[in-house]
Order: sequence, then C-alpha cells, then structure tokens
Amino acid sequence: MSGILKTRLQQGHRTFTWPDGPLPPLPDRFRGRPSLGDAACPENCGKCLGACPTGALHLEDGKAALDTGRCLFCGACATACPALRITFTAEHRLASATREGLVVRPGDEDLPPRKVALARKLFSRSLKLREVSAGGCNACEADTNVLGTLAWDLGRFGISFVASPRHADGILVTGPVPENMRLALLKTWEAVPAPKVCIVVGACAISGGPFAGHGEVHDGAAGLIPVDLFIPGCPPHPLTILDGLLALIGRID
Amino acid sequence: MTDWRNACAIPLAGLADLSVWDFQDCVSVGLMKGAQLLALFGVPARVGGRQDAVAGGHQDAGASEDPDCVRLFAVLGHPGNGTLEPFSTVVKDSFLSLAPIHPQVQLFERELAEKWRVKPQGHPWFKPVRFERPSRDGADLWEAHPAACGTADFFRVGGEEVHEVAVGPVHAGIIEPGHFRFQCHGETVYHLEILLGYQHRGIERALTGGPGPRTLHFMETAAGDTTIGHATAHCQLAEAVFGLAVPPRGRVLRGVALELERMANHIGDLGALAGDVGFLPTQAFCGRIRGDVLNLTARLCGNRFGRGLVRPGGVAFDAEPARVREVVRLLEQALADATGAIDLLWESGSVLARFEGTGPVSAETATRIGLVGPAARACGLSQDVRRDYPCGIWADAPIEVPTLSTGDVFARARIRWEEIRVSAEWILANLADLPDGAVRAPDAPPTAAPWPADTLAVSLTEGWRGRICHAAVTGPDGRFAAYKIVDPSFFNWFGLAQALRDQEISDFPLCNKSFNLSYCGFDL
Repeated sequence: MSGILKTRLQQGHRTFTWPDGPLPPLPDRFRGRPSLGDAACPENCGKCLGACPTGALHLEDGKAALDTGRCLFCGACATACPALRITFTAEHRLASATREGLVVRPGDEDLPPRKVALARKLFSRSLKLREVSAGGCNACEADTNVLGTLAWDLGRFGISFVASPRHADGILVTGPVPENMRLALLKTWEAVPAPKVCIVVGACAISGGPFAGHGEVHDGAAGLIPVDLFIPGCPPHPLTILDGLLALIGRID
Repeated sequence: MTDWRNACAIPLAGLADLSVWDFQDCVSVGLMKGAQLLALFGVPARVGGRQDAVAGGHQDAGASEDPDCVRLFAVLGHPGNGTLEPFSTVVKDSFLSLAPIHPQVQLFERELAEKWRVKPQGHPWFKPVRFERPSRDGADLWEAHPAACGTADFFRVGGEEVHEVAVGPVHAGIIEPGHFRFQCHGETVYHLEILLGYQHRGIERALTGGPGPRTLHFMETAAGDTTIGHATAHCQLAEAVFGLAVPPRGRVLRGVALELERMANHIGDLGALAGDVGFLPTQAFCGRIRGDVLNLTARLCGNRFGRGLVRPGGVAFDAEPARVREVVRLLEQALADATGAIDLLWESGSVLARFEGTGPVSAETATRIGLVGPAARACGLSQDVRRDYPCGIWADAPIEVPTLSTGDVFARARIRWEEIRVSAEWILANLADLPDGAVRAPDAPPTAAPWPADTLAVSLTEGWRGRICHAAVTGPDGRFAAYKIVDPSFFNWFGLAQALRDQEISDFPLCNKSFNLSYCGFDL
C-alpha cells in the first residue's frame, strides 16, 4: 500500500486541462491540416497527384485540392510539389460534419462545418458510444482507446465507450469495413436505439484509406450507414479525435 | 551451396526445385531437427523453376508450365547458425498434410487450400483461415465456400452438462473483431476455438503485381501497432534485392524506432493486464506512460505509430543533436515512471495470485505449435530474430534476450517487463553513441519501381509480438508474383487457445491480454 502511495506521488497529476487550459503539446513534426498556397499551379504539373498513394488530390480550375478524407498524411505530395505549395500545418482540428467539408482548397483557412444539431441537443452532457473496429489496423483503435486514460480522461466530458449497442447513443467506426465484417457492423448499428449518431474515425472508415477499391472492403462506413461526423487521419492524433467529439456535443465550437 | 541469411535475395534459378515428396521430407526433417518454418506459400506455377530440374525428372514433365499448377515455396530457418533454407516444388490439386505430425504447419496448409485450392490430404482440422477469395479457378474445397465469414464447423465437446459460449466478432472493448467459441463444463474451459477473418482487407492480393505507390502503406497498416516492425521487414527486402547499404546512423535510428514500438506496446499491455485483475494503479499509470513512449516516436517522425519513418535504404527523418538529447531525457523519465508503475505488480500478492499458474503453455506445446516472440520466451524457448538472425543494427549492436520458464500469465507479463528494461537500455546506449552521417542510402529507387526479376527475397524482424517474416517472389517483369506476410499472431493465436485449456472462462480476458495478438495482422 505504501508503495502505491509513493508511486502515486512520483507520477503526479497528469490529466490535460484542455479545453479549459492550454492545448496538449503536439510534436514539432506533426502533420495536421494541409494548407494549399493560392498561387496557380504550373500547367501540366500534377506531380502531387502522381505522388499520392490514395488519390486524395485532384485539380479544380488548374489548382490542386486535397481531400483529407482520403489523405494518409504521409506528406508525399508536399515533397513532390516543385513549387512547395502544399504544407501540413500543426492545426489538429480536422473533423467535419459533412464529407464535402473534408476537402481543403487553395487559400481555404476556415474549419470544416462541425455542428450536428441533434447531437448538441441530445448528447451534450452524456454520449455513450459503441466502438466497432471493421478492418481497422489497431492504430485508430489505440488512439481512440487512449482517450480513456487518465491523461485525456474522456469521462469528464460525459463521453464513454460502452459494451452493448443497446446502451449506446451511437457508434464510432474504424477501418475500411471488410465484406467479412459488414453484417456485424450493420447488426451493431441496428441494435443502437434511435436517435443515434455515427462517427467515423480515420482514412479507412471515411474512404477505405490505403485499401480503397479493394474488392474485399466497402471503402469505409459511409456507403452503409449515414455518418454524422468524419474525423480524418491515419490515424488521427488523440487530440484530433477528442476535438471532433467535443465539437459534436457542443462542448467546444 | 550458398548460406542464405536474413534479408537475402535468391535468384529463382538457383533455388532447390524438389519433388513434392522431397519437399515435404525437407520440411518434416528440418522441423524435427529444430528448424523453424518461417513461411510456406504459393505462386502460380509459371513463375520460377529450373528447367533442368523438370527435364531431370524431379517432377511431372511440364508441370511447371501448367496453369492449373501451383508452385509452393517453403523457407526454413536454422536458429543455431542463422541460416535460411528455401526450396520449392510444384503441386496440382493436393499434397499430403504434414499437420498431423507438425502442428505448426497446419495453418499454412489451410491457407494454401483457401488461396490456391490445393488440398492438404489428411489435414486434421480442415477449415478456412480468413474467408478470402481464392486466387485460382477450380473446384471449391469446402461445400459452402465461399461462405459468409464465420460459417464453419466448430470442434464440440459432447455431454449433458457441457455448454458452449460464443463471443464476438464485435467485442466489449475498443478492440478488433474475432470469434471465440468455448466448450465449457461449469466454469472450466475444455477447449477454445478461435475463428478469424473479419479483418481481411486483401493486402496480399493487392500486393501481387506490385510494388506500387501503396506498398509501404500496406506494410505500415498490416498490423498498425507494429508499423515499424512490418515496415522494417519490408525495407530489408528492398535493400537486399537492390543491394542498398543503410548508413550506420539510419541503422541505429531504425533500431531505436523498433525498440520504442516494443516498449510502448509492452507498457500498455502490462497496464491492461493490471486492469484485468482489478489493480487500478498500474493500469492508470501505464495507460499514460505508453502514450509518453508513442510520443517519442512522434518526436522522431511526427506520427505516434511511426508512419512514414522507415523507408527503403534507411529512415526518412534525421534526428539532430538537440532532438536526440530530448528523446534521451524523456525516455529516461518514461523508464523511471514505468519502473515505479510496474514494480507495483510484482509487489502485490493479489496480482501475483491471479497471474501465477494461470493459462500455462508448456515448452513442448510451444515448440510443436511454433509459438514465437515473448510468448515463446515465457515458456523457456530462447529465440529472437535480433539474436538468431541478426540483420542491420542487430549485427553491430546485439541485444540481451531474457527468457522465463513457467509459460503462464505471470511469465508472459514478466517477460514484457524484462524486455522493456532491455530495450530502454539498448536505446540509451546506442543514442549515446549515434554515428554521424546520412540516415538513408542516396541510391534508394522509387518505391513503385520494379524489383530485380525472378527473385525470392526473404526478411525477418523481431516485432514486439515476435518473429515477422516477409517473403517476395518476383516474376520476369520484376513485379511481385506473390508477397507473403507472416505476422507473429499467425502462430500465436493457437497458443492462446492452448493456454485456455482447463482454465476458468473468467480468466479468458487475462490470458488474452497476456498474448495481445493482432487480428488484422492475421487476417491481412
């Protein structure tokens, strides 16, 4: 017992004070929300499009736009761009209530829309989620799970993960949804009583990620279940996930 | 004959091409003499094969040209002298199963049946592995195949008071899906059968025809908590086929990343084990300390799991002196915190009472089923790729390999702690002596460039769960005819099933966490 108390003193109080206090520190090499310079791309360049493993970039009026729902945040496009127009900023706020909101365009500095009226009305003080890993590689799962540790202490916001879909207000899906997991995902979703929300976390659950187009997967959950919140990343940083959840319930804007 | 070693590129023309009988004999005799079956996989028969061997009557004349045939490759590892022994054969519809005498072959054989529709005759428990689409036309080997995932017969224990408990695929926590079927009498588990496949994303099929722009991303997500382990195994292959030399500084940084990955996962698992026996202090502390170690990886490359760090020819990010000093300082802090948090486990009688004697696996069982990694070392099997098949930094800077003997939850927990300590010491020693220079070979080809043609490349790494084997076979065009990934979980799930025999069903979570295996690494 004395050992436990001694260790407790040694470890100290480690829960982040954010969102009331400062942001938890992010690594200096963190690759957050991309920023695309507003200058025109050289004609017939397209080097970033060729470098992207998941086809996250496309051209609009001759300028590159980046779909963070497909992006693995590998930075290959930034390295490939001869004009250095693509940078990955330290901005961790990536979640969007709409699929379209995930697309970053040149000069686009606004955050995606994050208001989900139903969730803010019903779940602002208590949100119980059932997590379904459907082909997730255990990275999105791990960085969702970490929110339950004392460093993040998800419970203080009234958010927790529950064992039964019957006890849940919604589901949080990770992974590209393999055909082998489709039925189990749909049954879980159907078992959650309405009104309910669906949150998808990570490039896989949004678009299939690196597995997009494989016959074995459904390119994420959006084709099977109506999605209320998209949280991009590969995997998203825990702060990005928490930011999305708190925006969903209206704890932050 | 050349001695092949870890990270080797072998011209297919120089590979032993055996009759099916000799092939099986080589596997069987090798295993009896203490070799490890690193990989057993198939490619379409038109790939590889020595023409003189066919003419020499080793097999049916022309069989290797027959589109209906499958070429099998086996790679044995000899841990005593660190050599690899690859050989191949051609089969048509079936071969004699070795599983009845060598249980560690059983999943490989089922995999061949599922992928290539070649039947292992006499297989004792013949069912699909991951419910994937076959890579070859032909007759279905299972009547109901391709069936919905999970549709299969389960081993059943009969008797009036015997009952069956089915769990999954969706589990109660934030974990991956899988199905567990327990045969119980009262609280006692007589038999556990584990059925997977729900995570199957088609990685190996998508790699065929590669490498391509997504190849490295498949490696980094094959088992996402083992990003560094799988990426390293793959990059070692690329370096072997292209003859790339990783600069010394890059070698050390790779080793550091691999050991940080081991530390983070072991610390997290010890916390979860504490949670499973209701010992909250260690659970709470370790949950955070694990994050501190992941953040060190993020300090190196921006991503907590090491995405984007390991690349063919070295690493993509250098660590300047100030960064190295910061990593050392934070690692020393994390190690001190982990020591305090984890020592509580060994000092608490209530924890030890739950750990000791629970879920034991004997050394004999572990050997027969081919158990790998810390789970094997907890049973007294002294095996570790870093020592037995040293490659890269492990040839220059060896690492201590602790073992324990009881094979129970206690041993699987305690071995993790020993490895955390050893890894931290290794990182600190090697960062103190970090060589100068580049971190990546300047001549690394683009990731999507074709590889040398008609080659078998094999590479091993010791991931945090154990031995990872990657093997690639290229065709005449330098594209992958097959890319085989063998995650340690491929062997170890069967170990978990064995550990549960005669245990109380309420100890399942504890046993499960002591292994903490990968679902997606198995399902691919």
